[in-house]
Amino acid sequence: MMAEKSSIKKYLRGMKFPFCAGCGLFGIVDSFLRAVQELGYKNFKKFVFCSGIGCSSWIPSPFFLADSIHTLHGRSIPVATGIKLRRPDLNVVVFGGDGDLMGIGLGHFMHAARRNLDILVVMSNNMIYGMTGGQVAPTTPFGAITTTTPYGNFEQPFDAASLAVAAGATFSARWTTAHLKELKKTIKIALGLNGFRFIEVVSHCPTGFGRKRGLKTPQEFVDWVRDNAISIGEARKIGKNKQKNKIVIGEFIRKPRLTLIENIYAITREAQKLGKEN
Amino acid sequence: MLSHPGCKTYFWQGNEACVQAAIIAGCRFFAGYPITPANEIAEHMAVNLPRIGGIFIQMEDELASIGAIIGASWTGTKVMTATSGPGFSLMQESIGYAFMTETPIVVVDVQRMGPSTGQATKSGQGDIMQSRWGTHGDYTSIVFSPNSVQEMFELTIRAFNVAEVYRTPVILLAEEIVAHMREQLTVPDSKAININDRKKPRPGETVFFGSDEIPPMPAVGEGFNIAVTGSTHNEEGIRFTADPVVHRKLIERLNQKISDNREKLVDVESYNLEDCQIGIVSFGSTSRAVYEAVERAEKKGVDVGYVRLKTLWPFPEKPVRELSNVVDRIIVPEMNLKQIFYEVERVAKGNAEVVPINKIGGGELITPEEVLDAILKGE
Ligand SMILES: Cc1ncc(C[n+]2csc(CCOP(=O)(O)OP(=O)(O)O)c2C)c(N)n1
Ligand code: SF4
Repeated sequence: MMAEKSSIKKYLRGMKFPFCAGCGLFGIVDSFLRAVQELGYKNFKKFVFCSGIGCSSWIPSPFFLADSIHTLHGRSIPVATGIKLRRPDLNVVVFGGDGDLMGIGLGHFMHAARRNLDILVVMSNNMIYGMTGGQVAPTTPFGAITTTTPYGNFEQPFDAASLAVAAGATFSARWTTAHLKELKKTIKIALGLNGFRFIEVVSHCPTGFGRKRGLKTPQEFVDWVRDNAISIGEARKIGKNKQKNKIVIGEFIRKPRLTLIENIYAITREAQKLGKEN
Repeated sequence: MLSHPGCKTYFWQGNEACVQAAIIAGCRFFAGYPITPANEIAEHMAVNLPRIGGIFIQMEDELASIGAIIGASWTGTKVMTATSGPGFSLMQESIGYAFMTETPIVVVDVQRMGPSTGQATKSGQGDIMQSRWGTHGDYTSIVFSPNSVQEMFELTIRAFNVAEVYRTPVILLAEEIVAHMREQLTVPDSKAININDRKKPRPGETVFFGSDEIPPMPAVGEGFNIAVTGSTHNEEGIRFTADPVVHRKLIERLNQKISDNREKLVDVESYNLEDCQIGIVSFGSTSRAVYEAVERAEKKGVDVGYVRLKTLWPFPEKPVRELSNVVDRIIVPEMNLKQIFYEVERVAKGNAEVVPINKIGGGELITPEEVLDAILKGE
């Protein structure tokens, strides 16, 4: 155990993560680094990380010993697009929160999935805007009390993992920070695939959301997940109506198709022939 | 496409001249979103870039377009986007990001009549102050204003050179009229064109955001473990969001690297500054009416001098102040409701009376007669 711990340290700059005690983001960091290690990467030389603004967006930046671009709120995917298009050889990974990717940055998320841009997006879904103090997000459950829905949320939340599927992602999965083993396995799978890959991690934010929901400790969160999570297989059997207020977990899609990089470079090679003929 | 750029003359539209210049300057990545009157820039890029192994991509909006060029710039690529007022407004947050992260990007704003959707096909000069102060916080912008197709070409190359050398966003503030007109232009022999590239770090270097006034810029994937952030950061790119000294030091350097080089960045065309009675300060397409008005005034025996601003920002204070020392009156024609006017007044410090000529709407230009009238009024 000790040996393993120290071996994921090689991916880090050695600075302390600034997350609150009991925050689910610690588990996401750990799962990601272990996945990378188990895949045999000695360092992050072949990786670039992009993130937006929010607690979740601090995961790689500047803590990973890697190239990391901490962009504006919601704009990690466009920046990742520019990087990947010019450096198709690098693994471009985006980290972000549900506010960052499902709120202000949703347009980019949908289009990147449509284009099948070759990036992995890991979204921590703490069901609120964490960094700004627990306001309602596009992922907040109906009826939930937040700092800006003091009488209960009157909107329906997005189902991010399904949105990704609808928009054209080649891979989409959802786990929770109570499923770190499964999460690690899924990250390993996703890092081995091409195209637009999405992993949603329902995450515990004791400070911003847990406080209001009676899920203050990690254990209370784990209990809540255990009581409410159903597998994607089961969810498909019982139908949409009965899934309400459930957390559907598992792999939603794994369906490779030609990627943006493959398509754009094929066209570029053709155009370059024209260029020479001129 | 320019396959062999020896010294040649062409008959191009301004937007096309901009694209050819960008490619000569080394631009290999363009991301944009359709908008009149900048569309031809994207269209020519879409044709030309893939042929030379570059990437063109049309993004879902202007927020994405400027984000994509910022990402591509960090791969070591020269990059550009082009838009007009509404898109330029959407890009402002990222212009601040590029300034803060010292990311070289070229943004072309082909001005039309605003605010809002305004008159989409009509020329204007309403984005002068936006190009200076569009994003939030303390920053300094570099903005060029072409008045011909030839200058669309020359100032596009200059925009790339300056963006790369100073590691900062540069704005080419064009106008519908200059972007859409066709004129003869001369493309010099490729050897005669000066092209500058960003300074690269030596292996093992770790300081990319300080120490030098303009630090070296690594690219991703080169093993430097670069930390890039739009939050306040130290010289190694590490976030420091509370320390007053780190913030002051960073922001002062980012502004000083431009203001310290003001002399090099400022470019004006000036005429007859020694013995003129009346002065004119103009820029962009409006300057073309000034040329004719000055000629006609001279025929009537009135000596007029002018300063034409090819660099709008940093504002060419010295030449404008010198003009104000010589003349009693400075005329400032602009296709807006007074923007550069107040800068001229600020710099003239009461040395000369500053007289505006303003016209907006329908793409109607300020005419040589209107400028001539203003010249003769005080005589
Ligand atoms: C354009 C813009 N609007 C608003 C903000 C303020 N802001 C900072 S973080 C954040 C929310 C982050 O929430 P989320 O993405 O869910 O991440 P979390 O902190 O919950 O991990 C917001 C709205 C900002 N930085 N930029
Ligand atoms: S506010 Fe929530 S998401 Fe942010 S660090 Fe604290 S617990 Fe984690």
